[in-house]
Amino acid sequence: MSATIITAHSTLDVRDTFCPLPVIRAQKAIQEVPIGGILEVLATDDGSVGDIPAWAKNVGHEFLNYSQDQSVHRFLIKRLQ
Amino acid sequence: METHEIILDPALEAVIEQRVQEILARKSARKKKRLALVASKGTLDMAYPPLILATTAASMGWEVGIFCTFYGLDILNKKKIRSFKVAPLGNPAMPVPVPNIIGALPGMTAVATAMMKNWMSRAKIPPLHELLAVAQESKVKLFACTTTMGVMGVKKTDIIDGAEFAGAASFLDYASEAEVTLFI
Repeated sequence: MSATIITAHSTLDVRDTFCPLPVIRAQKAIQEVPIGGILEVLATDDGSVGDIPAWAKNVGHEFLNYSQDQSVHRFLIKRLQ
Repeated sequence: METHEIILDPALEAVIEQRVQEILARKSARKKKRLALVASKGTLDMAYPPLILATTAASMGWEVGIFCTFYGLDILNKKKIRSFKVAPLGNPAMPVPVPNIIGALPGMTAVATAMMKNWMSRAKIPPLHELLAVAQESKVKLFACTTTMGVMGVKKTDIIDGAEFAGAASFLDYASEAEVTLFI
């Protein structure tokens, strides 16, 4: 596996919140990211594992990466429009 | 059958590809998905699902409308949105089970309501009026059922600003173009 370093434009910390907040806040946060920029989202709600990619697909952004560190879910989304 | 492959200049092909992508993007932008909800309940627990679904769908770029009817109209009632309650009586799903004979005592609804509000705030779930404000900011259409207003004697001035007064036909017309319709 080749290691690629992705630099996020900003990080949204929604740890310890539940649906619907991660998605609502992600939608607000990505509007502060320039087009082509990357938003990093940190969440602990297990529902967000499906919700964040679904949100990105519906709004038309590119879902880049998901990883998990213990109980924290980390998502990278590229703003496309 | 003989097939002929048309060989295009790569530059021309790139231009065509780009144009097609632009047209597709314009088309998908024009047709947003739509969610049409009926909110019919006016209790602390049951007012959450329509507001959670509505705010989430709006964040996903969908068009959303909520038709608030019967007790669900209280969601749009300025005087009531902050005082929704949950009753332990006849509610075996309460996390702390309360026998009906105790649940029927005066004050038990207030106790159960305080408990649920406490769990909600511990989980950082916004109170109903905040979720409603998020829905309004994200242009969720709020329909106040005029029949309910007539039956329950609700005045137009009791309803939050920005709500539309509507009947079943208006909602059905709106819902007929929705991809997702739910009755809650």
